[in-house]
Amino acid sequence: MNTPLSEKRRLVQGNEAIAEGALAAGCRFFAGYPITPASEISEVLSSRLPQVGGSFIQMEDEIASMGAIIGASIAGMKAMTATSGPGFSLMQENLGFACITETPCVVVNVMRGGGSTGLPTCPGQGDVMQAKWGTHGDHPIIVLAVSSVADCFEITIQAFNLSEKYRVPVVILSDEVVSHTRETVVFPSPWDMEIVDRTGPSVPPEWYVPYEDNSIGVPDMATLGEGYRYHITGLIHDERGFPTQRPEEIEAFTGRLFRKLAQGLHEIQKIKTFMMNDAEVAVIAYGSVSRAARSAVLEARDRGVRAGMLQLITLFPFPEHLVDNVLKQCSKVVVPEMNMGQIYREVQRVNQGKTRVEKYSRIDGQFITPDEILGKLLPEE
Amino acid sequence: MPQEVTKLIHKYLRRDKKFPHVWCPGCGNGVVLGSLIRAIDRLGLTKDEVVLASGIGCSGRMPVYVDFNTLHTTHGRVLTFATGIKLAKPSMTVITVMGDGDATAIGGNHFIHAARRNLNLTAIIINNQIYGMTGGQFSPTTPYGSKAATAPYGHIEHAFSIAELAVTAGAAFVGRGTVFHVQLLDRLIEAAVMKRGFSVVEVVSNCHIQFGRRNEMGNPVTMMEWMRDHAVTVGRAGEMSPEELDGKFTIGILIDEEKPVYTEEYDRIRERAGGSDPAGDL
Ligand SMILES: Cc1ncc(C[n+]2csc(CCOP(=O)(O)OP(=O)(O)O)c2C)c(N)n1
Ligand code: SF4
Ligand SMILES: [Mg+2]
Repeated sequence: MNTPLSEKRRLVQGNEAIAEGALAAGCRFFAGYPITPASEISEVLSSRLPQVGGSFIQMEDEIASMGAIIGASIAGMKAMTATSGPGFSLMQENLGFACITETPCVVVNVMRGGGSTGLPTCPGQGDVMQAKWGTHGDHPIIVLAVSSVADCFEITIQAFNLSEKYRVPVVILSDEVVSHTRETVVFPSPWDMEIVDRTGPSVPPEWYVPYEDNSIGVPDMATLGEGYRYHITGLIHDERGFPTQRPEEIEAFTGRLFRKLAQGLHEIQKIKTFMMNDAEVAVIAYGSVSRAARSAVLEARDRGVRAGMLQLITLFPFPEHLVDNVLKQCSKVVVPEMNMGQIYREVQRVNQGKTRVEKYSRIDGQFITPDEILGKLLPEE
Repeated sequence: MPQEVTKLIHKYLRRDKKFPHVWCPGCGNGVVLGSLIRAIDRLGLTKDEVVLASGIGCSGRMPVYVDFNTLHTTHGRVLTFATGIKLAKPSMTVITVMGDGDATAIGGNHFIHAARRNLNLTAIIINNQIYGMTGGQFSPTTPYGSKAATAPYGHIEHAFSIAELAVTAGAAFVGRGTVFHVQLLDRLIEAAVMKRGFSVVEVVSNCHIQFGRRNEMGNPVTMMEWMRDHAVTVGRAGEMSPEELDGKFTIGILIDEEKPVYTEEYDRIRERAGGSDPAGDL
């Protein structure tokens, strides 16, 4: 069978790379509802999944798509859905169910510009805070951002790995630019890729306590139908999975959900640095904007300004310490975003007046150019 | 005999779950659970191969008490979860339980599409004609003119019929029973679970607390009498005039058809795509 993994180099579109990354990670179930600029992910997987023995289904809406991937994951499959802003809004209730039931799954949101129906064919980064806070109540979640077609492949694999390991939904934020760009990607061979699978129970069914705490705070996950009968509910539950109203059990439950991510920050929080060693001014960027920022940093260096970039791959849990290092090092930090300043506010929260932090917002559906960022990096006349 | 029935149910109840249950004394939900357990027992299904999944409502609390693989999902969405489970594990017997609001208000879209898609799933809809859990607000099946917490002056909307909706949407098997006609209900649920394809059992049930009290049927017995007096078997209904049928509802099997099942169709898609068995590739 002709799998792209045996082909080393290919010219692919961002959305196609997300689909291939998912397959490489072991995803065998996808449910989705068509929406620009994410539809290609569905289209590719409708053709690819049956080739590898997986299942693709187009559901009646995004609420259903989210429900279906949770069901498939509970039944033992790695599962994903993909959408854009309007669909992401519809997914929020069931996304919360995945958080509270600790069901691994990956949700791709290819961001468009604007609120509501917005700008379907333009890029935007307006869903950053929604990805973290969109579903109600305190909940753990991981949010990753992709900036290139190569990222789309690699970070999708990482998203599955983190999701499986920590039993938490992972949201991948792409945008119209990244998802529709075509670039040559060198696909690593399967044995060069680290693939993580959820840990199943190591005890016989009669000893299995489905939500039992352990050293990493991530309970072993039994697959439906393999003898480990237990109860799964979105109600706050005790360690056996049964609904509870006991304050001490409620607190222990929610506490563990947050602790499991806090204990894993060293591998959850991913960043890239570019020319940061001796940087005096820095850009903090993510997604497609970090590409423009990279060019801006090089240009600034040409003009004698010691510039650097911190590229955030993990947006949440927000990499506070890594951002703090940059804030301590630099006399000025610029945060360019295709929104009104959503990560800028996170940076300010960490900054607490330490250094000068400036935002650069573009919300007209247009891409932020290197020149615009350069303008913020050069000393003011 | 009653002792034997109780013993059978106990075989399937969760021993480590704290009882008592959340339902009001006399609630029809318990009758439906009894029927379901008898059907599963008669079919000889093992506890491990059964998934019992629900949405949200009084009806939605059913799975937690029984020793199957159980899932209590979000309001109206259980069929979407069941779809994922069935596609991932086609060998499992997946049974869903929903309320009337759950299945046909918030979950109406999922319901008609699940019926159309024809996955091999069973949907049991406990139609108590009201939102029980939230305190008696009207649902899509609350009769015209009746009182509800949000229809204090009488309900001005018209109910639709769940079973007929399922037939139109393409379900392979549709039956309607009541919690009064328990032997029929046992048989309907058994046939539905056995059916290859999307099967629906609408169960007319009593919420004497939230519906009955507001509508001069404040105890389970008066509500059961109402079911006895208004239900007409499908066979008899065929011989009755529209005037005679006015205000009545039919019970029995409304449709039982052979149709291609989604998972089998999808197996053919895999063959066309040159694919392999999912387990082999994971
Ligand atoms: C999204 C959402 N909206 C509203 C509710 C509140 N709610 C819980 S149960 C219910 C209605 C239950 O009625 P029905 O489905 O008929 O079930 P019953 O309690 O009668 O068995 C509602 C509206 C909810 N849980 N989730
Ligand atoms: S409120 Fe109605 S449906 Fe709910 S448990 Fe009580 S009688 Fe049953
Ligand atoms: Mg109801």
